[in-house]
Amino acid sequence: MSEVLATLTGVSKTYQKGKESVEVLHNLDIEIPKGDFIAIMGPSGSGKTTLLNLLGGLDKPTSGTVRVGDAEISSMSNNQLSRWRSTNIGFIFQFYNLLPVLTAQKNVELPLLLTNFGSAERAHRAGIALEIVGLEGRTDHYPRELSGGQEQRVAIARAIVSDPMLLLCDEPTGDLDRETAAEILGLLQILNREHGKTIVMVTHDAQAAEFANRTMICDKGTLEHQEAV
Amino acid sequence: MKYFGFIWRNVWRKKIRTSLTMLSVFVAFLLFALLSAIGYAFKSGEDAADAERLIVIDKITLINPLPFAYKNRIAATEGVHSVTHASWFGGYYQDPRSQFPQFPTEPYEYFAMYPELNMPEYQLDAWARNRQGAVIGRELAEQYSLKVGDRIPIQATIWTKADGGRTWEFDIEGIFETDDPRGSTAYLLFQYDYFEEARAFGKGTVGWYILRVKPGADPVQVANAIDLQFANSPNETETSTEAAFAQSFAKQFGNIAMIVSLILGAVFFTLLLVSGNTMSQSVRERISELAVLKTLGFSDRSVLGIVLAESIVIMLIGGLLGLGVGWVLVQGAAKAMGTFLPGMFLSPTATITAIAIMIGAGIAAGIFPAVKAMRLSIIDALARA
Repeated sequence: MSEVLATLTGVSKTYQKGKESVEVLHNLDIEIPKGDFIAIMGPSGSGKTTLLNLLGGLDKPTSGTVRVGDAEISSMSNNQLSRWRSTNIGFIFQFYNLLPVLTAQKNVELPLLLTNFGSAERAHRAGIALEIVGLEGRTDHYPRELSGGQEQRVAIARAIVSDPMLLLCDEPTGDLDRETAAEILGLLQILNREHGKTIVMVTHDAQAAEFANRTMICDKGTLEHQEAV
Repeated sequence: MKYFGFIWRNVWRKKIRTSLTMLSVFVAFLLFALLSAIGYAFKSGEDAADAERLIVIDKITLINPLPFAYKNRIAATEGVHSVTHASWFGGYYQDPRSQFPQFPTEPYEYFAMYPELNMPEYQLDAWARNRQGAVIGRELAEQYSLKVGDRIPIQATIWTKADGGRTWEFDIEGIFETDDPRGSTAYLLFQYDYFEEARAFGKGTVGWYILRVKPGADPVQVANAIDLQFANSPNETETSTEAAFAQSFAKQFGNIAMIVSLILGAVFFTLLLVSGNTMSQSVRERISELAVLKTLGFSDRSVLGIVLAESIVIMLIGGLLGLGVGWVLVQGAAKAMGTFLPGMFLSPTATITAIAIMIGAGIAAGIFPAVKAMRLSIIDALARA
C-alpha cells in the first residue's frame, strides 16, 4: 500500500449566506496517496474548489481534520498556514494569476522571496523551473507578452519552484484551447510521473481528467464515486 | 531589501498616476523647504542671541530714539558690565533695491560687545582712526565685490546731512566675519561720531543701547533696574534680552511660525487626501494579486508591509526631490536676498523633520488600504477575480 500524503477525516464545511447555512462538504473522508494524480470532477457548487482550498490551507473545515504530510493544518493559525503553504503547496489557477508588473522570471521567483535564498540562488532556481516547463527563452517577457498557454506554464513554474509536496490545480485548462490544454496537462503528467509531484486537479473537463491517475466525483458535498483510470 | 524590486515595480504600475501623486508630494516638500528657510531666517536672530546681552529701546516704539545721555546712567547701573549703542541708518548702495543694514556705532565698544565678530585688530584700529571709516561683513563684501580701501557712497533715506546732501561716503577699513554659523554678516558699521557730526537732525540721540551684564548678575533684575531708572521720564525704556528683542522684532512681520505652520498644515492635509486616494485605488485594482500573494504564503503582515512600503516610497521620492530642489532655491534666495532677509537656511533639523513627515505621511496615506489588503480573505478575493 502506498504512503498517504493527505488525509481528510470527517470533514464538513458550512458557509453562512445571510441567515442561511449552506453545507458545501459533508462528513468527507479521503486519503490521497503520495505521488498520485487525482482529478476531482463534479457539477458547479458541488464543493470541488472548497475541497481544494481545505487541502491547500486556504480555508478551514467547520468540523473534522485535514492532515497533509506531517502537519494537521486544520488546527493551524493563519500565520502558520501562510508559512506552511509557502513551502508545501503549489497552486495553479484557471486564470494563471500572474503579477502583470513582473517578468516571467520574477513571477517565478516570487515564492522564493519568502525563503532565505539570495538573489542569485532565487534566479537560478527560477531558471530551472522555467526550463522544466519549456520557457527558458521567455524569462524576460511580461505576462502580457505571453500566450495563455505560456502564462499557464509560468504559473506552473511558480507553483513548483519551491519544490512543494502537493500541487493543487483549479481548472488549470479552463481558459485554454484544446491543443494548449493537452500540452499543459501533459506537463502536469510529467511533473507527476518524472518529478514525483502529487497533484490534485479540479476540472469540469472529462478529457482533462483522463490525464490523471484516477478521478473522484464530488456531488452535493460528498464524494460519490471514485474510479481508477 | 529583497522585496524592494517588487515594491518598486508596483509603485510604477500606473506611471501617470504615480507621477502625478509624486508631483503633489514634490510641491508640498518644495514649499516646506522654502517656508522652513524663511521661518529659520526670522528666527535666526533669536537663535544667535547671547543670553548675557540686553537691548534697551524706547518703551513706545523702536523707532523713537533714546538720549545719548542715558549711556552713562545705564553703564552705572548695578550688574552692567559694559554698554554700547547703535542706530538704524536705512540707506542704500547704488540702487534703492540694494538695501542692507547700516549702523553708526562705537568701533571698540561694538566689537567688545560682540566677541563672535572677528576682524584683524589693525583693521579695527584703522576704522577707529578714520571718522569716515566703515567696516563691512564678509557676506556684504562678497555680494558687492567690495574690499578694504574702497570708498563707497550710501544714499540716505532718513538721515540727510547738515549740508542738505543725502550721500554719505565711507572708506572701507575692515571686513569682519562671525564665528556663529547662524549669524549674518550682511551689514555695515560706521562711526557714530561721524554720524552725529554730519546729520541734520536728531543730534544727541541713539537708536538703542546694547549692554552686557556682569558674570553672575541676573539679566532680568538688571533689565528691571534700568527701566525703573527711566520710568516717568519723557523717554521711558524697555529692556529685554537679545533673544526677546529679536523675537519681538520678527513679530513685527506677523507670527511667521504660525503662518508657516498653517500653510504647511493645509498643504500636507491635501497631500494626505491625494496620496491616500492613490493608494486606495492601487489596492482596489489588485485585490486578486494580493490574494495570490497570500496564497503563495505571504503573511498578512508581509502584505501590510508591502502596501505601506509602496506608499512610503512614493512619499520619499517626491519629498526628497522637492526638498532637494527647495535646497537649491534656498541657496539662490539666500544669495539674492541675503541682505534683506539674512539667515535663510534649510537647517538639518528641518531636513530631518521633512524626512520624518515623508515617512509619517506615507504611513498615514497607506495605512487604511494596507489594513484592507492585510484583512483580505483569499477565498473571497479569488472568487471575485
